[in-house]
Amino acid sequence: MRELLESLTTPYSLTDPVEQRPDLAFVTAGRGQLRPLLMHLRDKEGFTHLVILTAVDWLEEGEFQLTYLLSDRTHGRDIGVRVMIPRDEATMESIHDIWPTAATYQRELREMFGIDFPGSTRLNEDFILEGWADIPPYRRDFDTLKYADETYKQRPGRETRDPAQHMKEQLYPDGK
Amino acid sequence: MKEELEKRIVKGPDGIEFEVEPLRDYYCEAAPTVMPQAYSKIIEGFFNWARAESLWILGFGTGCGAIEMRPLMTPRFDAYRYGVQWRPTPRQSNLFIISGYLSVKTLKRAIRSYEQMQNPKYVIGLGSCTINGGMYWDSYNTIKCLDDYLPVDLYIAGCMPRPEALLAGFEELKKLIRAGKAEGANQYAENFEWYKANQKKVILDWDMPDYNW
Amino acid sequence: MEFEWIKIPYSLLTLFIVVNYGLLMTAFIAKIAARVGRRHGIPIYQNYIDLIKNYGLRSSITHGVMFYLGPVFRLSGGVGLLLFVPSIYGSEMFSNLSFAGDLILALYFIFFGTLGMALGAAESGSPHSAIGITRGLSQVTAAELPMALAVFSVALQYETLSITEIVAAQQGSVLNWTLFTNPLAVVAAMMAFLGSMMRPPFDVVLAPQEIPIGPPTEYHSSYLALMQTNRVIFPVAKVVIYTNLFFGGATNWPIFFLKVFLIYMVSAFVGVAFPRFRVEQSIRWFLIWAMPLGILAILLV
Repeated sequence: MRELLESLTTPYSLTDPVEQRPDLAFVTAGRGQLRPLLMHLRDKEGFTHLVILTAVDWLEEGEFQLTYLLSDRTHGRDIGVRVMIPRDEATMESIHDIWPTAATYQRELREMFGIDFPGSTRLNEDFILEGWADIPPYRRDFDTLKYADETYKQRPGRETRDPAQHMKEQLYPDGK
Repeated sequence: MKEELEKRIVKGPDGIEFEVEPLRDYYCEAAPTVMPQAYSKIIEGFFNWARAESLWILGFGTGCGAIEMRPLMTPRFDAYRYGVQWRPTPRQSNLFIISGYLSVKTLKRAIRSYEQMQNPKYVIGLGSCTINGGMYWDSYNTIKCLDDYLPVDLYIAGCMPRPEALLAGFEELKKLIRAGKAEGANQYAENFEWYKANQKKVILDWDMPDYNW
Repeated sequence: MEFEWIKIPYSLLTLFIVVNYGLLMTAFIAKIAARVGRRHGIPIYQNYIDLIKNYGLRSSITHGVMFYLGPVFRLSGGVGLLLFVPSIYGSEMFSNLSFAGDLILALYFIFFGTLGMALGAAESGSPHSAIGITRGLSQVTAAELPMALAVFSVALQYETLSITEIVAAQQGSVLNWTLFTNPLAVVAAMMAFLGSMMRPPFDVVLAPQEIPIGPPTEYHSSYLALMQTNRVIFPVAKVVIYTNLFFGGATNWPIFFLKVFLIYMVSAFVGVAFPRFRVEQSIRWFLIWAMPLGILAILLV
């Protein structure tokens, strides 16, 4: 794994390599470097399987982090490629021509985070939220509780307890 | 609205062009009516007994609770003993188990399935999520009170209730049916506007007729 | 033979007995199959309750005239099959209308129900029905081939097309049964029998576990009840033909019940032991294993 990371770092100018386990590592790549890097990993290094494409909303930094997790089945190792994109123009190059499955992930990201992937198949079709008009719900500035209260009728009589406190009172009623 | 639901001109195989409006042509739009009971009390009681002893469940798992229904078919719990069966099509089933959380997308399908079932039909809400949202009480995408959208006969509380609880629920439902108290379908027909208003409030892209059978 | 009006109530009596016997027997077989899976299975009277429930549903909708006629055709296929075959050999009461029909008519009736069903289900417009029909017709057709070959072989053997005469020729000793005089035809016919009983491994057409339940996808309440009635009559009627052609017929009701039950058990036996075939697999199975046997049976006769 380490040799792989070392061999990749210079040509693709990768940053922040993290070797989480002997068979799992993460690296951060630049936006423009992603496609050549993924092609190299798929064709030369044997990472033939796109496990997941997901996103993290770094609200404070104003960035989205896209994580492309790839798997190499013959050697039993995984690599995650992170790409940071700015939050205010959330657009990323589509990779559905490299892995057709990516189109579905990109459709989901488009709906849940509002990240655009121009050219991806069926990108703008509804995925789970049919007819959603609010801001994408996985963005951290979306207040899910407020939305739920406004949209759905809550049944009265609901109580919430802190589990630790509640069990303490149940088990030791005299406070010892 | 989806493209295939829009009004359009279609050319038939014989070369004649005609207009198709899927929402009007492919569905029956008539609102449900209250179905009277059998003319004699004895016969209605007899039918109710038969309905109670032959519960056909629609095999539609809406949430995680669907996993609790599978053991009921297996040797350990074997619900077939009690006249409970699973049917794959809404036309033939009488009992709709909303098994767990119901997202808005699933709610739409659940309503369509419910409306396709035939008149004496029953709904069981399984798990806390159907009662008050359960652990999804602050979720942006799941409904909180099932009885606002479908007429529920019985709730089974728990997260998740065990298959035994479901069996007990079936027995309770049987008592309700035998007593003639499970008239959910007629309730739905009576308060049709209220149910529809509630449904339309949460289903944002309403691209089906108000009533579709 | 003279037609006598008394035959009509007698035939209805046969029908009544067969319906009740069929309801109980199918429940009993279901129970046996459940016991194989270590379950208790449905109560023995469950079929009656399901029937009452379905007749007792308050609403039913229709998709057109053929939608009505589908279950009616299906039922008339079952009833016709039953009534044109003598149930009890040598009994004036229960020979039904067999004087009027012969083997070819019976063969036709076996197919008639499926065809009627196809028309009705097509009218319902559900894509699942269409899938079910396509599967059903191709499978029944494939299963019908060895059956027809076996029947012709038997007809050649006894040089008659009348079922009554075929039964008459098998009386006397067990060794006179077609089972022993023409075993190849019987084996081919039993293979076809497996295919047309809609039990595993050949039940992909109607299995409720399949996503489309098949032809009856859209059928409900009274329509479904009619079809359920047929589901209990048709297998019994079919087994009656088999008893008459291959297993020496039945001379009284207990023997009738026993033989029907045992022959039905063959399909239940195979059903619990083997997993479900896909349609193309089952067609291949019929063409490779059952068909040559049927041809051989004809050649040897």
